[in-house]
Amino acid sequence: MSATRTLATARRVLRQLAHDPRTIALLLLVPVLLTVLLYYVYADDRELFDRIGASLLGIFPMITMFLVTSIATLRERTSGTLERLLSMPLGKADLILGYALAFGLLAVAQAALATGVTIWFLDLDFAGSPWLLLLIALLDALLGTALGLFVSAFAATEFQAVQFMPALILPQLLLCGLLTPRDTMQPVLEAVSNVLPLSYAVDGMNEVLRNSGVTGDLVRDIAIVAGSALLVLLLGAATLRRRTP
Amino acid sequence: MMNSAAGPAVHADGLTVVRGGRTVVDGLSFEVPRSTVTGLLGPSGCGKTTLMRAIAGTQAKVTGTLDVLGHPAGAAPLRSRVGYVTQAASVYTDLTTRQNLEYFASVLGLPRAERRGQVERALADVDLTSHADALAGNLSGGQLSRVSLAVALLGSPELLVLDEPTVGLDPVLRRDLWGLFHRLAAERGTTLLVSSHVMDEADRCERLLLMRAGRLLADGTPDALRARTRTRSIEEAFLRLVDTARDGDGEGDKGGKNEKTDTEETR
Ligand SMILES: Nc1ncnc2c1ncn2[C@@H]1O[C@H](COP(=O)(O)OP(=O)(O)O)[C@@H](O)[C@H]1O
Ligand SMILES: [Mg+2]
Repeated sequence: MSATRTLATARRVLRQLAHDPRTIALLLLVPVLLTVLLYYVYADDRELFDRIGASLLGIFPMITMFLVTSIATLRERTSGTLERLLSMPLGKADLILGYALAFGLLAVAQAALATGVTIWFLDLDFAGSPWLLLLIALLDALLGTALGLFVSAFAATEFQAVQFMPALILPQLLLCGLLTPRDTMQPVLEAVSNVLPLSYAVDGMNEVLRNSGVTGDLVRDIAIVAGSALLVLLLGAATLRRRTP
Repeated sequence: MMNSAAGPAVHADGLTVVRGGRTVVDGLSFEVPRSTVTGLLGPSGCGKTTLMRAIAGTQAKVTGTLDVLGHPAGAAPLRSRVGYVTQAASVYTDLTTRQNLEYFASVLGLPRAERRGQVERALADVDLTSHADALAGNLSGGQLSRVSLAVALLGSPELLVLDEPTVGLDPVLRRDLWGLFHRLAAERGTTLLVSSHVMDEADRCERLLLMRAGRLLADGTPDALRARTRTRSIEEAFLRLVDTARDGDGEGDKGGKNEKTDTEETR
């Protein structure tokens, strides 16, 4: 592992994005606009808006970073740049951490904007610290990045890569507690939702919504999201091979 | 260290590669001498890319002996000493030419102070200085493949493995590139292995490896090949060797006997 190569990779990924301002604008603005839309949809039910708004802040980073990373790394695989990089003195960890750093940075910007607008303009009442929201959003984005990197190994085309989004993310979305609280779900579904990482990101966001301090549940939620991200990153690393058939 | 610097750049013995369940490189034995331009010629699908990937250390399921610069192919110390240019340009089309080079220079671990100079030299080598700040995606196919080549020149690798670098280029550019290859060999002592499926490129090379269907047909200088097969062009020589190999196949099927058959025929 080398800090120079990791930083160079992160910088390269960000430079690629800089040539694509439309993607950056979409990444940053879509979550904000959707939250504003939600605000008007639930104009009559502030409590519901608070709960769903907080949950969404935990969901956006994962979805967007999943999409961006799966396409970006699929391109690396199909364009031959991955083969080239792995024939050079680049460690797999350098590549993966470079991606995680670049997209993590982007996720922080995205989450900061969405959180800021939600708190200051839409008056969502968070009892806890906005920094905790950012932390959860960041870990969540890393989880999305890790999943995207992992599935790109199983997609031959960009069509296939985007189809992994409904396959991997939608079930998590349905079961994460956004639609109905997890403890009121049918027991089998609740058990499934208990092993899906997005559930803990959403729980974490709601924990910050309701409590001013750092609760034990929050620590557990954060640890689970971070642990899942790390685990999937390692799985992603295993799909990078210097020698291919 | 002494003999690793003196030995051939590439040494293969009984080199075999299996791809998709088929043996696509079959018992090759050859050497690539240092500081030469060696051509790897053969029709499309004969296994040139597979062989180059094996030398670059990116090919799985390689058996037999394959030593590169005194190390087994793909060994970690080779990763900055061997430059490999794939058949399709492998660069980032959403970066400029210079940004591509700067990134790969950092990946190669070139000291920060040397990076700028190396990047400028590589740009000049492939004659793309005037397109340094163009988005790679906006370049023509020929320019893009030269960006890919420039990446491989960074850090002055001792061995350059170039997969069909001149195919599809206009004749002037092609001549210029072959000029560059010979300059690299003569002035920087670089060893170049250059593949092509176009037989007229044979005379640009000091030595030739002629391949067909995963086997080595012949190994030598273009002149020696023509003399040996009593032909005037490498294309004719190739055909003669194919016929010879085919006749020889009747006697029983053993891998790696092609060269022997050649010598018997041309005696
Ligand atoms: N990824 C692959 N999986 C299985 N077989 C392959 C693969 N790539 C190439 N081949 C086969 O290997 C043989 C040699 O291919 P290649 O090395 O690309 O030849 P060349 O570069 O001389 O055109 C061909 O028959 C080709 O069909
Ligand atoms: Mg080829």
